Amino acid sequence: MIRCENLSKIFTMHLRDGMKITGFEDINFTLRSGQFLGVSGPSGIGKSSLLKCIFRTYLPTSGRIWYSRKDGSDIDLASVSDHEVINLRNREIGYISQFFHVIPRVSAFDTIMNGLKSRGFNPEDHKEFIEDMLRRLSIGEQLWELFPSTFSGGEKQRINIISAMARRPRLLLLDEPTASLDAATASEVVSLIEELKEQGTAMIGVFHDRALLERLSDSILELNLCPLEPVGV
Amino acid sequence: MNNKKPIIEVRNLSRIYGEGCSLCGKNTGPEYETNVCPECGTVTALKSISFDLYPGEILGIVGESGSGKSTLLQCLYFDQNPVSGEAYLSEYEEGKYNLLNLPKSKKRYIRNHLMGMVYQNPVQGLRLNITAGANVAEKLLDADVYHFQNIRNRIKELLERTEIPLLYMDTLPRKLSGGMQQRIQIAKALANNPPVLFLDEVTSGLDVSVQARVLDLIKLLQDESNISIIVVSHDMGVIRLLTDRTLVLKNGHLIEGGVTDQILEDPQHAYTQLLVHSTL
Repeated sequence: MIRCENLSKIFTMHLRDGMKITGFEDINFTLRSGQFLGVSGPSGIGKSSLLKCIFRTYLPTSGRIWYSRKDGSDIDLASVSDHEVINLRNREIGYISQFFHVIPRVSAFDTIMNGLKSRGFNPEDHKEFIEDMLRRLSIGEQLWELFPSTFSGGEKQRINIISAMARRPRLLLLDEPTASLDAATASEVVSLIEELKEQGTAMIGVFHDRALLERLSDSILELNLCPLEPVGV
Repeated sequence: MNNKKPIIEVRNLSRIYGEGCSLCGKNTGPEYETNVCPECGTVTALKSISFDLYPGEILGIVGESGSGKSTLLQCLYFDQNPVSGEAYLSEYEEGKYNLLNLPKSKKRYIRNHLMGMVYQNPVQGLRLNITAGANVAEKLLDADVYHFQNIRNRIKELLERTEIPLLYMDTLPRKLSGGMQQRIQIAKALANNPPVLFLDEVTSGLDVSVQARVLDLIKLLQDESNISIIVVSHDMGVIRLLTDRTLVLKNGHLIEGGVTDQILEDPQHAYTQLLVHSTL
């Protein structure tokens, strides 16, 4: 579903006389639907940057990211038009980050429902599924109508996870989705990830917890100063 | 956002203020940090701007004062005449004609039936000495709605939608607050159910709670209809909250465009880096 070829990201800091900072260099991997690629390596090695390049929050400097769309056609995410990036984000590619930009003055439930609506889903069809996910991730009903801007970090994180998963993306990028959750909720998130994976979603994930990463991953991409091919687990 | 075809296509739009000379193009632009030609004093407000707006999309335009943001909107709304360029609107005759070359009557038709505009300064968008209701009615009459009761009902509907108390319907806008004037402008702009809406710094000068409600209204509009909106703002918070894609203007040139979070998190151009790091 996704094939990354010689992907590199180098930041040019114009405000620092054009200083160059390497995010990561020469990344290669292939991922099929229903597979999970774990990304591992020390802090600052470029794990999040890699996810952001695939999501096009960062513009890759060189290399290609071949992605097979739902309609079967292949496109290069590194060079595709902005408009197409928006389309893919709406329909096919999801991203769960460590940090969640809450939309002000919108309730938790509406945040999830509006996300579906603006992406062309009929939210009523998914209502039960969303309520079920909210309960599974221990978001009490008393919170549903409140603003996530008043929530704890962990609660925001869970709204973010539900919002992304409810859209059933074909490719899901996960950047430490369990970082601010307690063990029980984290394990529920892991079950959700496994269910989504069984339904065919391809995933690329960064997890701090090595045991968890190994449990979820079909292969692990070790990022270090000399990049390697992904290793099977 | 299913449609692949843009609702508006703009190609090589240029606008100058002044006589112009052969050196204007060579002496102005971001690399010279000016849009005033040192030879003839002509201002190059816009230089060969091209972009697309897609159905249902909110497109942001950022840039410092004088970068050409408002001029761009005003050229598309026919308030100003560009010196060259093309603009196509898919909702008008299937986008066959360059809007900028159409006769005045056709431009007026497009403006009245297919576009809405909210100006930075309500003085430009409203007549302050006729009532709020009459301001909205004027746009409806322009859009060929003549039935008195229909006009009355539509005004009520729009005032409710934009959270303007009905008792202000017969009040002169000059007696109302800036936030209320801005909402009347929005009600007026929406009166003809336009497929395209232009918003020029709609929230600047408003206090934060009013600003929040205006932004919520715009968000609601997008959720509820397939309206396409161009939002001009120098407030990166507004851009982040509302837009899908963003264009960056500097000295009349389009220096960068991209998905909004990419523009904010990984800007490529030196000026955009400065802009993002100055405001966040």
